[in-house]
Amino acid sequence: MVATVAIFLALFHYLAFGSNMPPVKGGELPEIKITVPQNATDKSYLGLESSRFFKIPQIKARVVIIEIFSMYCPYCQKEAPEINRLYSIIEGNPDLKDKIKLIGIGAGNSYFEVEVYKKKYNVPFPLFPDDDFSIHKCIGEVRTPYFLGVKINDDGTHRIFYSQLGKFKGAEPFLELMLQVSGLKLER
Amino acid sequence: MKKHGKFIVTLSVISIFLYSTTVFCLSDAFKNNIYNPGSLKPIDSILKVTVGDIAPDFSLPVVLGGRISLDQYRWKKNVVLSFVPAAWTPVCSDQWPGYNIVKDIFDKNDAILLGITVDNIPTLFAWTNQMGKLWFPVLSDFWPHGSVADRYGVLRSDGLSERAIFVIDKKGIIRYIGVNDINKRPRLEILVKELERLEK
Repeated sequence: MVATVAIFLALFHYLAFGSNMPPVKGGELPEIKITVPQNATDKSYLGLESSRFFKIPQIKARVVIIEIFSMYCPYCQKEAPEINRLYSIIEGNPDLKDKIKLIGIGAGNSYFEVEVYKKKYNVPFPLFPDDDFSIHKCIGEVRTPYFLGVKINDDGTHRIFYSQLGKFKGAEPFLELMLQVSGLKLER
Repeated sequence: MKKHGKFIVTLSVISIFLYSTTVFCLSDAFKNNIYNPGSLKPIDSILKVTVGDIAPDFSLPVVLGGRISLDQYRWKKNVVLSFVPAAWTPVCSDQWPGYNIVKDIFDKNDAILLGITVDNIPTLFAWTNQMGKLWFPVLSDFWPHGSVADRYGVLRSDGLSERAIFVIDKKGIIRYIGVNDINKRPRLEILVKELERLEK
């Protein structure tokens, strides 16, 4: 009987939380489906085909940096201008602009709330709502802002090379860190 | 075997109860200082006012000093009262920081926001400091405990207030009441839509 209980609880815990831990370095992203942006600029930036949904590894880039943010998060608000500067630095560098893409996922934010945030801080990169927390739940209900770095391989596979709560120390040091830990620096 | 089946079903029910959580997203601005009370009864009070009523006047102390009465905005500003249940709890800590970046929406609709909780001033001072500089006043309905919340009918049986929004026009008439599930943050677009319906 004790063994049955132990096995059951272990199985239940795995089913309940197994996919709900924050993504780990070296692992893969959980299955996340995001609606393709209607905005032509965002769609073209991400290099997405005209379908309804996409998965992050389908973004046309070598590296995707994901910020899990919230319109309601004071740190996200404070850091927004510096994250915008990170985008500008990447886009202004011909060597990096097609290799690194930036997206934001608004945990628990509706489309309206994400648009308010985008307008307030003039965010130039695509932001996606996660109205029902479904993505947030998939990635372990992390606090915000949370950053994920994903390297996309030529064969379409991917791996997470960075998974960290906060610690955004500015555009330049963060970009340098991303280039180093993703391996992009060695490839340049 | 039948007994074993019953046992598994019981275990399942217990497990689901133990593991079910309220989903919220918490800013790292509050670090590990947030107390999670778990999932609470969604609504635990009965409204004492209705849309179309004159909003009951009150005077409460403000965190940054002085007092504010509702009456001082009569004929001057539309007023939004945002009651949140308690300082240092998950959903509440993630509500006002959002309102803090939409002052332009309130201004456009000639409205002032008054944040109210049943906490005392020192607690509210420490908590709101973590949100950065708020543009709107935060009022303490601590003593007599929750008296304003009670007059509006949003004081819960445990002494917390509901997560409630009242939109009051310049004539002092209640135009919208939203008593939200205490465990969930109300959508910003609902409030904005109500503000846009007001006479400017």
